[in-house]
Amino acid sequence: MIHYIGHRLLQLIPLLIAISIIAFVIIQLPPGDYLTTYINQLELSGTKVSESAIVALERQYGLDKPMYQQYFIWMKNILLHGDFGRSFSWNEPVSKVIGERLVLTMVISIFTLIVTWLIAIPIGIYSAVRQYSVLDYIFSFIGFIGLAVPNFLIALVIVYFVFDTTGIAITGLFSPEYADAPWSFAKVLDLLQRIWVPVLIIATAGTAGLIRTMRGMLLDELSKQYVVTARAKGVAEKKLLFKYPVRVAVNPLISTIGWTLPTIISGEAIVSIVLNLPTTGPVLLDAFRTQDMYLAGSFILILSILTVIGTLLSDILLAWVDPRIRFGGVEE
Amino acid sequence: MEENTQTVHAPDTKEDDQTILEIHDLKTYFHLDEGILKAVDGVDLTIKRGKTLGIVGESGSGKSVATKSILQIVDPPGKVEGEIKLKRSRKGKEEWIDIGKLNPTGEKIRDIRGAEISMIFQEPMKAFSSIHTIGNQITEAILIHSEVDQEEAKRIAIDFLIKVGMSNPEQRFDQYPHELSGGMRQRAMIAMALCCNPAILIADEPTTALDVTVQAQVLDLINHLKETLDTSVIFITHDLGVIAEMSDEVAVMYLGKVIEYTDVETLFYGALHPYTQALLKSIPSVAHTKGELDSIKGTVPIPMNLPKGCGFYSRCKYAVNGVCNVDDIPFTKVNDNHYVRCVRLDEIENRG
Amino acid sequence: MSVELGKEMEPMPLDEMKEEEKSVEVASQWKLMWWKFRKHKLALISAPILLMLFIIIVFAEFLSPHLPLERFTDYKYAPPTKIHFVDAEGNFSFRPFVYGMTQEIDSETFQRTFVEDTSQKYPIHFFVEGKPYKMWGLFEMKTHFIGVKDAGAPFFLTGTDSLGRDLLSRTFYGSRISISFALIGIVFTVIFGLILGGISGYFGGAVDTVIQRLIDLLLCIPAIPLWMALAAALPQSWSPLKIYFGMVLIFSIVGWTGLARVVRGKLLSLREEDFTMAARLAGASNMRIISKHLLPSFASYIIINVTISIPVTILGETSLSFLGLGLQSPVVSWGVLLQEAQKLENLAHHPWLLWPAVFIVVTVLMFNFIGDGLRDAADPYK
Repeated sequence: MIHYIGHRLLQLIPLLIAISIIAFVIIQLPPGDYLTTYINQLELSGTKVSESAIVALERQYGLDKPMYQQYFIWMKNILLHGDFGRSFSWNEPVSKVIGERLVLTMVISIFTLIVTWLIAIPIGIYSAVRQYSVLDYIFSFIGFIGLAVPNFLIALVIVYFVFDTTGIAITGLFSPEYADAPWSFAKVLDLLQRIWVPVLIIATAGTAGLIRTMRGMLLDELSKQYVVTARAKGVAEKKLLFKYPVRVAVNPLISTIGWTLPTIISGEAIVSIVLNLPTTGPVLLDAFRTQDMYLAGSFILILSILTVIGTLLSDILLAWVDPRIRFGGVEE
Repeated sequence: MEENTQTVHAPDTKEDDQTILEIHDLKTYFHLDEGILKAVDGVDLTIKRGKTLGIVGESGSGKSVATKSILQIVDPPGKVEGEIKLKRSRKGKEEWIDIGKLNPTGEKIRDIRGAEISMIFQEPMKAFSSIHTIGNQITEAILIHSEVDQEEAKRIAIDFLIKVGMSNPEQRFDQYPHELSGGMRQRAMIAMALCCNPAILIADEPTTALDVTVQAQVLDLINHLKETLDTSVIFITHDLGVIAEMSDEVAVMYLGKVIEYTDVETLFYGALHPYTQALLKSIPSVAHTKGELDSIKGTVPIPMNLPKGCGFYSRCKYAVNGVCNVDDIPFTKVNDNHYVRCVRLDEIENRG
Repeated sequence: MSVELGKEMEPMPLDEMKEEEKSVEVASQWKLMWWKFRKHKLALISAPILLMLFIIIVFAEFLSPHLPLERFTDYKYAPPTKIHFVDAEGNFSFRPFVYGMTQEIDSETFQRTFVEDTSQKYPIHFFVEGKPYKMWGLFEMKTHFIGVKDAGAPFFLTGTDSLGRDLLSRTFYGSRISISFALIGIVFTVIFGLILGGISGYFGGAVDTVIQRLIDLLLCIPAIPLWMALAAALPQSWSPLKIYFGMVLIFSIVGWTGLARVVRGKLLSLREEDFTMAARLAGASNMRIISKHLLPSFASYIIINVTISIPVTILGETSLSFLGLGLQSPVVSWGVLLQEAQKLENLAHHPWLLWPAVFIVVTVLMFNFIGDGLRDAADPYK
């Protein structure tokens, strides 16, 4: 097992390097370099920028050096000092802008993942076991709608509907009195009350997809020989279902967690813009609009790395529950 | 032909106290969109204590479905009808129970599955769950059917692993199916089937997927265990060579019906049904190496929307229009232990 | 000493089988697929609805009652016009009509509302003369499929937007942009996917590893942020047409991975198939094996993959344009139209702004149903 994890970790290194290069390229993509934009921005707001400050900034980010050296300096600053660069539109270090928002994004994403599984797996099992029943058709149809309606549209419609019937705007993650308050137990409780709206909205598409996959996988497994064997042994239907085919069918789904995570984070980005949540989405959008590239690139870098870690965790989880993978991994 | 033979429903042996399973008019139909698929269509079989009944037939003859029907584990939408009477002893008394009347998902039939009648399958790799250890899957059967604790169950399981000739049984117990060789897996499968001392073991082509050398070992093992444990065996195969080695009595199936039923000697030396005869002729023999091997022309039709009459009509060289394709063919008694489903027996006997 | 029965037996002569069985026996793969597809009721219903959508796309200019940029300054944020058969006096007429609309301002909330003016009656006609347009950019035409004869009369079946433009006409024109975007995007995606997946599966080795790692890389970057990044990199000075194709390329660059995986997987497994080996032994060249044996056997997978990818692209384009990072006005796409619905206040007072969303949802649903039907049909023996 440890061997397997080590093996997977080693595989990740080139992937992480590639991600960092892409993030760096994204930072460099828009025309005009960062420093000029930054100085323009400061001068627009009336601050005079001294020569020495410019030189200091140039040195810090190696802007006078060739591109590949800039990349290494950027990486060095991140790895050694946790310095992701500066956001000129916020006039703060990127890490400070991102910090709390990233945590909230991850909290919403993980909640969404859990909710997706909690809803989809039981429904998928039901639909497979009672294939072609009325409820199976109903779930399938709802699933299709869930896949067809984009997240932002669900958000729009729900916000509109709630506002229209109750007059309450369900935007934001906190009640007004907690929005700018420091973290406290009461604030967490407040968050837990409001987090369900975005979580459920983001979960729709993923749930619909997962139900279909689970139903299909389980249908495949239900007709397999080992199910007949277990039945011939005298195992009761319910116990049989959950001990054998359900477990086998769920295993490959565990490995899809890694792939659903980027989708959830994508969904979160767009829903949080519609719902105006204090997460990464709105800031990311603004960063792209104003070409605040250190901020935008860092977001992409961090979100991707978190996804990679998620994939790794799901692979380890899969190896832990599935002996075939575990032993296959050792042999490699 | 009319006067010296009589039509019967089944080899009538109810008084014979050696009979432990009696199947009468077993029908397994699959109601599909395209029509009714009659996989098993009126099969009668008798299983005697400590004996092996071989069922032989081509793929699609319904032999496998017929045995699955005994345990009511046919895949949906299959529906089982008919009498499946099992003799078992409860509290020292012998009683007959009709499995065909039991609810296929109920507790009563689950008590029979694995305990009174158990089953082994063609491909042990597929028949074992690949994510549970061999030990887990064997002890599960023991724990269901007897009131022992986990430890005792493990002891019994390892005991049976030894009986089936498994090397390092303690170690095998904790291994997964993919860590064993094909032959070892089938041995483990046999151990799992026998660990609750069933009265009947159904073996559904247990050696088809194995290497030839391993085949012989597994066949020997089944024969050996049958004798030591006094178990009856229903042995399904499409391989007549295996039938010769394993069976006491043989049922030949074609299109969901038993078309010839007799002891193994008579089958090889006095088979009467044209289909059985054709089958026997298609076996290569060491004695006759010259000439081409016979084959039966055509394939088994799909048992759906079949015309009336004999199922073998289109492929039979004795077939006569207006005789064979008019009515359902009765199962005819030729001798005490020889039944054939054919209306042209006289002609065949004269020519044969 | 053993022989497998049934192996060396010849197929049953056709004339001995019933008519129906015969047709099953000789049905081609495509015929079997069609039979299976026919059983998928939802897919079968979807086909004519999609056909209607394509008719709207092709004849958008003619079918739209108004021009997409035509402003009715008296009717900003006008609600959908009601169609009447019975007038205020209770008289029934076979020809439906609409009433004029006047604006009223609530003295308390200063909310502007429109009320029907029953004194003005405008009958609805087919093939009415209206504002001139260029059909397909080629022919000057004035005839609109449906409308009222009075040019200034309010005939807005799904309401108007903030500038008083007819939302239905804009949605019709928008469907042309949104769907063509998805279709062109799919063409590029298929090209990328086929080439890269083909190279990966055919050559194997180091090339395969590099392409596989590239796919892994693209899969672990969240798609919407990546689209945002690439879209933001498009120069703002570009013309709408350039932006349009730039966006198409961005979607293809991000989206080819799924198809490439399918193509590679299929190639790898087909290489091992018996019939490939048989063809090779018979002396067929590599090109012949690929074109005669491999391509047909996964053509169905490509078609399915494409049908499933179209809605994904539609949703992606719509989402990005909705955020203001994709296509920009004056280009009209469904996503651009929905931008106006982004603000809760706007939406709360003018819910008809969501009409383009209805088109999106129906279109995506129909494509999904057809994709599902095709997926079922691709496995006709199941």
